[in-house]
Amino acid sequence: MNVPDDLLYTRSHEWIRREGENIRVGITDHAQAELTDVVFVELPKVGAQVEAQTAIAVVESVKAASDIYAPVKGTVVEANSALTNNPALINTDPFGEGWIFALKIEKADDLKNLQSAQTYKDQIG
Amino acid sequence: MSNTAGKKTPLYGEHVRLGARMVPFGGWLMPVQYSGIVDEHQAVRNAVGMFDISHMGQFIVSGTGARDWLDTMLTNNVAKLDVGQGQYTFLLNNNGGVIDDLIVYRTGDAEFLLVVNAAKVGEDFVWLEDHNVGQVSNLPSAKNRKLEACATLKNRSASFGGVAIQGPRVIDLFHELLGQDVELPARNCIRDFVIENMPVSVARTGYTGEDGVEVFFRANDAAKFWNLVLERGKKIGAKPCGLGARDTLRLEMCYPLNGSDLSAERNPIEAGLGFFVDLEKRAFTGRDKLLDTKTNGARERLVAFKMNEKGPPPRPHYALFSKGNRVGEITSGTLSPSLNIGIGMGYVSAASAKIGTPLEVEIRGQKFPATIEKKPLYKKQS
Repeated sequence: MNVPDDLLYTRSHEWIRREGENIRVGITDHAQAELTDVVFVELPKVGAQVEAQTAIAVVESVKAASDIYAPVKGTVVEANSALTNNPALINTDPFGEGWIFALKIEKADDLKNLQSAQTYKDQIG
Repeated sequence: MSNTAGKKTPLYGEHVRLGARMVPFGGWLMPVQYSGIVDEHQAVRNAVGMFDISHMGQFIVSGTGARDWLDTMLTNNVAKLDVGQGQYTFLLNNNGGVIDDLIVYRTGDAEFLLVVNAAKVGEDFVWLEDHNVGQVSNLPSAKNRKLEACATLKNRSASFGGVAIQGPRVIDLFHELLGQDVELPARNCIRDFVIENMPVSVARTGYTGEDGVEVFFRANDAAKFWNLVLERGKKIGAKPCGLGARDTLRLEMCYPLNGSDLSAERNPIEAGLGFFVDLEKRAFTGRDKLLDTKTNGARERLVAFKMNEKGPPPRPHYALFSKGNRVGEITSGTLSPSLNIGIGMGYVSAASAKIGTPLEVEIRGQKFPATIEKKPLYKKQS
């Protein structure tokens, strides 16, 4: 299972890429494999203010709907509209084209609560 | 991964070896998918797919009283079956509610094979056993009622396995297995074969809407048979398929799933499955209630619907609305891989159950338009 070293991770299987004041968020390779074929993604609204650990997006596979959580407090600055027509990007390129949203974060310190690649690897075994 | 409690079918090792994702289902650890639900779904619609159905229960009912007794326990007309024929039928409780839906095959003059749902094996068997005590008293010969068993009832589930082989190329596959001259049994019929020294029973039936068979064999032969089919079927595109594809395939056909679309609180008339109920029969468990529903009309009916637009897939327990009023709830829902749109079934009040009725599905607080459609939702292009 691919777990890039340069990303941060949540216990709920989101990955976080730091981009200056913003973070880009998606779900991990492990999560997409668990979910199976993604058939629908509900994106957060750009401009929405979100709290850490609140569900702000939904990824649906044939079998089930799964909430996607904001890893930290912030404001939604981008949502990946490519997923509307091609939700399977989450399966084919979870760490790239399959990103879900970007947040402008409030406090860089909040990122300290997230897990390293190694800790996430241990979590998924 | 949640490989917690669950019994293992004789094919468990093969599933793991093929990299299947295993999930608990009806007390068993079963493969939900191998290559992917959509890929497996398409394999069945376009070529052929094989499903492990070893978790399903198999009962043998035999004896001179077996046929008459089964006719008092099941809704369809067992007396109409010739040797080698089978029929879809229901086992009902006293209130007409569905204990199980199953297929009964007449395998001999006085022998029947019942193939029942995995999660219901225990309950079905106890129910049958409890009623196997001379209760053919409903028949005209009540005076002669005997207290001994009406039939011999045997649960052979543990020593037998089974697979469903489904898809338009199933005949080609059997040519590979048994030669060009092989003739499969007719629709709903069952016949015994010997394949590579393995005695098997082949029934022309399925749960996918495609041509196909269900094959039953001794548990000891399961892995050998499974691998033989995959090897011989390779060039026609045969794939192992899991419960995920089984569910999308059956839902496109509007075949009910017991525990979701059928339950102890719903009867077959409400579910729109009156075709498999013979109310002309003199007596069977639940008949009075079904007659009442037939005469007075069902309060709610199981309908099939299709979403009007692309959007989030409908799922079990989402509320259904008509003209702003809540009229029912979804029992099965998914994104249809064949139609590429959300589909489902649910019970709605009879007044809102007509084909063409616009519905709304409530998904995370938002309403999405849908329309009640004729069953099945998917029809093969030919």
